[in-house]
Order: sequence, then C-alpha cells, then structure tokens
Amino acid sequence: MDTVYNVSPSPHVRDNVTTQKIMGAVALALLPASAAGVILYGVHALLVLIVSIASAVLSEYVFEKITNRPVTIYDLSAVVTGLLIGLNMPPEVPVFIPVLGSIFGIIVVKQLFGGIGQNFMNPALGARCFLIISFSSQMTDFAAKGGIMGASAVDAVSSATPLATLKTGAAFPLGDLFLGTTLGTIGETSAFALLIGAVFLLWIKVIDLRIPLSYIGTFFVLVLVTALIRGYEAPLYYTVCEIFAGGLMLGAWFMATDYASSPMTANGQLIYGVCLGVLTFLFRMVSKSNEGVSYAIIFMNCLTPMIEQFTRPLAFGIKREKEAKHE
Amino acid sequence: MRLKTFKGGIHPADMKEISMDQPITTLAPGKEMVYLMSQHIGAPAKPVVKKGDTVVIGQLIAEAGGFVSAPVYASVSGTVKAIEKRKNALGDSVDAIVVENDGLDTESEYTPASLDSLDKDGIIKRIQEAGVVGMGGAGFPTHVKLSPKEPDKIDHIIVNGSECEPYLTSDYRCMLENSDDLVQGLECILKVFPKAKGVIGIENNKPLAIQKMQEAVKGHDRIVVEPLKTKYPEGAERSLIYAITGREVNSSMLPADAGCIVNNVDTVIAVYEAVIKGKPLMHRIFTVSGDAVNNAKNYDVRIGMSYQDILDEAGGFRETPEKMISGGPMMGFALYGLDVPVTKTSGAITCFLKDPVSTAVETPCIKCGRCVRGCPAHLMPCDLSDLAEHGEKEAFAKRYGMECVECGSCSYTCPAKRPLASNIKAMRRTLLAERRK
Repeated sequence: MDTVYNVSPSPHVRDNVTTQKIMGAVALALLPASAAGVILYGVHALLVLIVSIASAVLSEYVFEKITNRPVTIYDLSAVVTGLLIGLNMPPEVPVFIPVLGSIFGIIVVKQLFGGIGQNFMNPALGARCFLIISFSSQMTDFAAKGGIMGASAVDAVSSATPLATLKTGAAFPLGDLFLGTTLGTIGETSAFALLIGAVFLLWIKVIDLRIPLSYIGTFFVLVLVTALIRGYEAPLYYTVCEIFAGGLMLGAWFMATDYASSPMTANGQLIYGVCLGVLTFLFRMVSKSNEGVSYAIIFMNCLTPMIEQFTRPLAFGIKREKEAKHE
Repeated sequence: MRLKTFKGGIHPADMKEISMDQPITTLAPGKEMVYLMSQHIGAPAKPVVKKGDTVVIGQLIAEAGGFVSAPVYASVSGTVKAIEKRKNALGDSVDAIVVENDGLDTESEYTPASLDSLDKDGIIKRIQEAGVVGMGGAGFPTHVKLSPKEPDKIDHIIVNGSECEPYLTSDYRCMLENSDDLVQGLECILKVFPKAKGVIGIENNKPLAIQKMQEAVKGHDRIVVEPLKTKYPEGAERSLIYAITGREVNSSMLPADAGCIVNNVDTVIAVYEAVIKGKPLMHRIFTVSGDAVNNAKNYDVRIGMSYQDILDEAGGFRETPEKMISGGPMMGFALYGLDVPVTKTSGAITCFLKDPVSTAVETPCIKCGRCVRGCPAHLMPCDLSDLAEHGEKEAFAKRYGMECVECGSCSYTCPAKRPLASNIKAMRRTLLAERRK
C-alpha cells in the first residue's frame, strides 16, 4: 500500500502569475482606450479593432499549425499585438490594411524570430511602420466620420491633428488632448483612457515606472527647454500638450514597456527610456516629421540587446573589476 | 524608520498563521530511533557502540570523524539494534545507528557549568563535545564556525530569527517560549568574541517575537534586536549579513571575512544547553504544517525519531498528501516516503494535498525580468538557466552563476513557469564537482 508521492526539486510553490494572466491584464488595460476610440470615432473603429485582433490570432494559429509548433494563441499575446495594431490605425482605415499589418507583425516580426519572447522588435510597431511605408496616404488620413468626432468634424478647421498644430509652435486645447476629442489613431488620442489602463498595470505590477517615466520625463525636459529657447507662448502649457498629443501616451505606457523588446535590467530600462525621450524629441521637434514615437521605439528595440549587455547587474558581493585591479 | 533589508527578493504567502499560535508540544519518541552518521557538513561521525549494546539518553554513540565533524548522542534509552545503511531525507542511503527504545528514558548525568567559570576555549569545547551544528539546515559544526582564523575581526554575532521560509514557525515559537535560553546562548557566544555585538534579526511579520525578544535582551548591553523587512530570502546568510551590516559576502568568502558569525535560533538554544546545562544536542523544535495535516503546529522532537512517528503522534493526515517536503516549500526537499529520521538539521515537514509544480505548464520566456528583480544575488536567472540548459559552462561561470544561493526565488516568480532554479542548481553541481577534481 505504498503511496507514491510527487517528488521534484525545490521550490515547491509558484507565484500564480502566468504569461496568460499578464497578457490578459495588458489587453484589459487597453479596454478604456479602445472604448474611447469607439465612442470618439464610431463603429468603424470597433470593426478595425476586432478585425486586427482576429487576424493577429488567426495568423499565429495558422503559422504554428503549418510549421508544426505548439499553438500559443491561448497565451493572449497575439490578442495584445492585434489590439495594439488596431489602436494604431486611423479611424476610417480600410480593413484590409490592419489585416496585412497583423499578418506582418505576427508572422514576420514575431514568429520568424522564434515566437513569444524572441521578437527583437515590438510586433505591433513593426507592423505600423510597415504599413506607414506601404500605405502612407491611408495611414495618415485621420479624418473621422463616425462617433463624437465624426459629428463635430463638419468643422474643417479641426481636421488637423494636434501634432500638426503643435509643430507650428502653437498650443492646442489641453482639455481636448486629455479627453481625446481630437484627430489621431483610434487608441492614441484619449490620454485619460490610456492613463486609466496604465495605472491599472502599475497597480498589478505588470509594468513599473522606470521606462515610461524616464521616457516621458526626458522628453518633457527637452521640449520645455526648446520651447523656452524658441520663445513659444506659454512654454509649460505647450510642453504638456506635447506629452498628451500623438502616440506618446500609448507608446510610453503600452509599447515601450513590451517585455521582449525592452531591457530587463533596471539601469538598462532607464537608459532605454532616456534614449526614447531624446529620439522622440528629435523626431518631433527637430526633424520635419510630426510624430516620432513609433520610430523611436523600434529604433531603441534594436539597441535593447546591447543596452542589456552593458547594464548587466554586478553579482552580489563581487567588486567591479576595475576596482579589484587597483587593490 | 526604514526597516533593514537586502536588494531583490520576493513575497510568497508566508502561511505561518496555520501553525504560529499553537504552543510547542513535546512528542514521545518512537519505538525505533535512527541516528544518521552524517547530520552535518564534514566527515561522518564514527560509531562507538556495537549491536546489542545498551545505551542511555545523553550517551555518546558516535564520535566526531575529524575537526570538521560532530559527535552523535542517543536521545532514548534502549538497545542498539543495528548499525546499517538507512535512507536520509534526500533518499540517499547513509550509515546509521538504529536503537530500539526501551521506553524507560534512563538518562545520563550532565555536568552543568556557570558562564563565569568558563573561558573561551572551554565554551567552544563544550559546544564541540555536545555535537552542536547549524540547525537551520546547513549543519556546519558550530565549534568550527566559532573558531575563525582571525577571531579579533568578528564584530557581529547574528542570530537568524528571520525565518523567511513559508509555513515554518519553529524559530518563532522558540523566540516566544525560550527567549531567555536564546539570550543566554548568545551571551555564551559573545563571551568567545569580546569585541562583537549580538544582533537578533527578526522579520517584522512576527511582532510578538520582536516584542518578546526586546524584553528578554533588557539588561544585556551587548545584544540588540533588529526588526527586518519581511521578504524572502531575508534569512539567507548573505542577505541577512547585508541587511544588518551592509557588508557583502560572495561565494568564495565566509561570513567571518565580513566580521560576522550567523547562527540559527535553535542552534543558539542548543549552545545554551551545551554550555550551561552540559547537555548534548538530542532534540530540536520541528514544524509540522501544510494543508494535508490534522494538527499543524510545532513539536519538540527527539533527534532520531522518524517522520512517520512524528506524524502519527501529531495526529496524522487529514487526507493523503500529493507532496511531502522535508523543510519548507521554497528550499525543502521533496520526500519519497516518511521512513526518514529527524536529524540535527531537519526543521520541518510540510505536506500538501496539491502539488502546484506538477500541473504548471512550462512556456517560453517572455523576458519580463521578474527573476532578475527577484534574485538576491543580483544575477540574471533567465540567462543563466539558458546557459545551463545548453551546457555553456564557461559563460555560466563568467556570469557569476556560482554566486547563486539556490533560494528558488526565480522559479517562484517566473510567469512562464520555467524551472530556472533547478537548471542553475544542476549546473552549479556539475561545476562544483569538476572543481573538486
């Protein structure tokens, strides 16, 4: 009657956090921004989001079936990628564009490099940049036809995006930027909705403040100094507008913090964030383009392995080699 | 004031409430007692009795096999039934003396002493003769620990009362119930190191123990109680030394190199019994816990008693467990069966109805960095685990894989349920074995 007991190496307990729960939490945190997008831009936005998610999940499933790999769609990472692709689309984009984006993001950026955790670049941003290059006119047409913005867009003046206005050195109504009643991609305009999600992710410790804060902080300082030097009216107000305008909120909280494509080390995350701030500043304030968040992030994605290499923590109790040599 | 602690670490549910409020109960020993010859680090003890001999409580049955070794004493009276191989908690067969308990509890005479009458060498000799070893798990002979190369450099004698391992509450109960013995034991050690101060480090999830010990150290000028932040592995030697003194100890150093000697609560009480009462180490406090047992609490058990007898005496299982662990769930060893004797270093048995590890599905690393932030040795466990899996010995050593303290925080915290700690441990074993050659 010998009972057979389970035997395994320690530890014998595990935290109840799983990859699936983390990805689920990110998707949940993006819900306020998704809802805001649908309210602001109408039913077509909802269609874009659904199609983006469905095509991302389907691409992953089909690719894994064809290549005979374990199907990983239940870890929900493809849902997050699809949702982010959708949120990065203009409200009235033809639906075939996000479909192509999802296929590219999932298969080329993620799966060809080994699937979840192995992608060196954020799949959603890789897809966005691919689409901007391939369909530049459709991807930069932010006209709204449905929702709150569709109803108010009769006024032709408001058809400029906040970033285009800010580019001229003029400020933009901050209340609109905060609530999202401006033109832009489906998920980027409502800073308020994005911040709700960000606070949720911080609270459940899926992300921490290192990357977003060093990113936004660096950008803030650089823009403020530039605004002062260029003699813009109300430089502080202008700087806050820059923070809430365009893709910075969505990028800093939800895309720069992507685990696989950002450094794991604490110092590496700070360096990464600071560099993102500098790059975004250069793209937006110095170069000719209005927006620079996506390119800043994918550029830094490529530097992540190097940053990680240089910021490897020193093992406990080990002195730095330089110091040791002096002894 | 900010509580002292170390960098890194994790917060597993401590689950101490199950057993922490019950007083320690003394258990009657079993019919058959098994004394392993290797209950410590160093040379195994050598039997000095033979089959058929009668022994009494407190009688030497095996002498130390060298300086780094410790003698073993009978904890019951009876007859030596056999000297043979028996299984230890790891499942290895090791030399053991088996004694048939006559139930009479005939006890030898001990020679008490007052601390004033003893000098430094006398104290260490009494500790050595009593067979006292580190009872927290490592089993390093205490007299060796108390004989560092440069005794003058020792300025901290740390008592490890942090008990950061989930479920375990034996040190906690000892601090509540035997606080004066603990202080006496620490005074014995402090007499060996006249320049040192005594620090009793206790995690702040045990406010009663902190309060009780603070009362007990009143009037003892050289001893302080240091509340520590509740975090696993606060009680790991290197983490504890850092928390209390800010000094870092690596794998090629001894705590003494940082001026510290760290002892576990039960060990210090054993020192008191050895030095003042003249009693050899024959019993210890043992936690029985987990959701599969009927009476989760702490027991005063005699060394040599089998886990089976302890569980029978303690009220047995509520339901058959799926997994039983000698020690706590973070660093304990999974047991093959209960026919294993209590040694000087076994602190607990925890039994669980469900084994969450067996149902965890391993998925690819998502590079979330949780293991990096949790590692008290400031390593990157995800990378080390990869290197270990691929047999990259040089890279593993170059990235300080040998500095791992095997606390298991990485595996605990991994959302992809990767066996990081066991991969790293396996590689460390391989490299250690190669270095010994």
